[in-house]
Amino acid sequence: MTHTPTAARTAARPAERRRTSTSKRKQRTAAYLFILPFFLVFLTMLVVPLFYSGWLSFFESKLIGGEQFAGLANYVRALGDSAFWGSLLRVLAFLLIQVPIMLILALCFALALDSGRARGSRTVRLLIFMPYAVPAVVATLMWGYLYGPDFGPIAQIARAVGLGTPEFLTPGNILGSMMNIVTWEFIGYNMIIMYAALRSIPAELYEAAEIDGAGQFRVAWSVKIPAIRPAIMLTVIFSIIGSFQLFNEPSLLNTIAPDAITNSFMPNYYAYNLAFINQELNYAAAIAFLLGLLIAIVSYIVQLSEQRRERRERRLS
Amino acid sequence: MKQKRKTAAALLAGTALAATVLTGCTSGGGSADGGGPVTQEQIDEAMSTPTTLTFWTWVPDIDQEVALFEQKYPEIDVKVENVGQGLPHYQKLRSAIEAGEGAPDVAQIEYQYIPSFVLSESLLDLADYGAADLEDDYVGWAWNQVSPGDEVWAIPQDIGPMGNLYREDLLTQAGIAEPPATWDDYAAAAKAVKDSTGSYISNLGATQAGQMIGFFWQAGVKPFGYDGAETVKIDVNSDGAKEVADYWTGLIQDDLISTDVDFNDQWYQGLASGKYAGWLTAAWGPVFLQGTAEGTSGQWRAAPLPQWSAGDEVSGNWGGSSDAVLASSENPIAAAELAKFINHDEESAMQLATQQFLFPPQQSVLSDPAFIDQESEFYGGQQVNKLFAEISETVDTDFEWLPFMDYVYSSYEETMGTVIADKGDIAAALDTWQDQLVSYAEDQGFTVE
Repeated sequence: MTHTPTAARTAARPAERRRTSTSKRKQRTAAYLFILPFFLVFLTMLVVPLFYSGWLSFFESKLIGGEQFAGLANYVRALGDSAFWGSLLRVLAFLLIQVPIMLILALCFALALDSGRARGSRTVRLLIFMPYAVPAVVATLMWGYLYGPDFGPIAQIARAVGLGTPEFLTPGNILGSMMNIVTWEFIGYNMIIMYAALRSIPAELYEAAEIDGAGQFRVAWSVKIPAIRPAIMLTVIFSIIGSFQLFNEPSLLNTIAPDAITNSFMPNYYAYNLAFINQELNYAAAIAFLLGLLIAIVSYIVQLSEQRRERRERRLS
Repeated sequence: MKQKRKTAAALLAGTALAATVLTGCTSGGGSADGGGPVTQEQIDEAMSTPTTLTFWTWVPDIDQEVALFEQKYPEIDVKVENVGQGLPHYQKLRSAIEAGEGAPDVAQIEYQYIPSFVLSESLLDLADYGAADLEDDYVGWAWNQVSPGDEVWAIPQDIGPMGNLYREDLLTQAGIAEPPATWDDYAAAAKAVKDSTGSYISNLGATQAGQMIGFFWQAGVKPFGYDGAETVKIDVNSDGAKEVADYWTGLIQDDLISTDVDFNDQWYQGLASGKYAGWLTAAWGPVFLQGTAEGTSGQWRAAPLPQWSAGDEVSGNWGGSSDAVLASSENPIAAAELAKFINHDEESAMQLATQQFLFPPQQSVLSDPAFIDQESEFYGGQQVNKLFAEISETVDTDFEWLPFMDYVYSSYEETMGTVIADKGDIAAALDTWQDQLVSYAEDQGFTVE
């Protein structure tokens, strides 16, 4: 994608360098000064704490006996911790079930809105986007009420038409209920990203497709989707990271259905509970680090495979 | 370079100094000048020196009692801060203690969490600050909670002796004239109520460890023990505990007791709508219920808990808290006076009981007609306070906790909560819970008895 402009820039560079003057240097200093505040905050608020928690993860702190260097013991323990693996499996379920459903729906909505055939598309766009503007805390509490087995509207309607009481908040079903909440929350967000990308497709492509006699679906499939692939990839990566970092939903659903949400329901939530309830800060740091590593690896793999595919396609064409 | 080294040296010296100061502060116990009780002169001096105290508590409107304190000691300025209720409060407290700064002078601590702060040597022993003399002014078991040995770690603020709140109309409808006296009666009544009204006689909150531990307490089960140092006793799957567990398993499996998670919207509505015909709760329950189930006013009554053997009068406790002074406080005398005043001064204690509706542990309030003779319309004119005042005398006096109750509760949710919700065998879950607790305690370096 970005290859041509990069090439142009590298070609222009030698000429630039020759013209370096004091004014240029001044400008450069100014530029560095401008980004300095950011780097200071970045360093003190992100890099240092990161290293600190990494450092912490190599220790072991007991209520009796205090802190001791433990080497990789916390990591070894994490790899053998069935609760941690269980939480990762649930994330995997999210990645395989919830993310595709959410993104496909978002894509469908984006395409429908972009086709300009839906009436009142502005309002619809806003309505679909609205859940994203609702804070996750409020959303989860609201869904907690909707899911309620006794007084929740869904349960009442289901009973009224003789379907019995649907159980959304039982240990077996809570994962699905949570997927539903997250889908509802983020469909609009992903849709907006895709929609924005769709709007930037040059109209000539459509004209060309029309001349070739392509219908709307054909246009969507062969023109629009390939054109916005980078945007789609972006939403995929965001969704992967988001799935690994689910916290609000399990944490709030825990107040509604503590019997269904275990402490290790999601890895991030597990790390939190380890640190603040079990008072195993060091182990929590190790879990958090492993999680970060995993997110980086998975995101990288996804990106890499996409790049490979792109390269392969370019070679073919 | 030289300059740099100097600063480094100064920094080092600074940290060393800070470290000594810190260790000096956190040595637990220790009175004002390293020995002997604080004298009245020292107290007078401290109370007439301009001082600012910080007080972390989540009791609503406690400003009113603090105002009384400030009125009496105009030189002392108290900043009341609410940093969260329960867990978030303790988490912030621990963080502040660990960080060595930002901790309050006085903090609200529930009884079961006192040992964890004793373990970290974060509390000031109030025995030398005049608290040792207060023992006889409090209900015996409540005093034992704050002072298991010679030390006094906190001043009791409120307690939760357990009783039975029930819907008289629903029980009458089921042909039950008297509140069940024994647990056998209760089981029979549960069946009658379910058959004739469709209501559950009460709900056992699936993840509510406090309630279950209260039942253990009543049954004389001693699941926990802590010697104040490195040895803990964990015995949650004793025969006694299993008997209690089997009783509830039976009722739950016969669908006579519901196991909804409590203190959420569903449950509030269940109380208000008659889904539950009763609530086995603590002394703070009656006022709480009044706010929750307004529509059923006049139909509720209060009674003691059913008993394991007929003729007994035993209860357990669920909830309640105390005010402790942190060892790191720079104004220990004033802080101790604040903790004492709020919970001991007659006017303040009375006000806590009648305006903040905290059920008092203090004998003078528990025998004050202004408190116990109050008649409550919600309970058909019954003198509910008097009943619970009587119950408070029947609570087993020696009940201990573990110094890591956060974990105990979360582990309860994991092991017991899921089983109770699934109507499983609660006694078997006790074994799992026991195993988890023992392995955690051992991991944390405790000696488990």
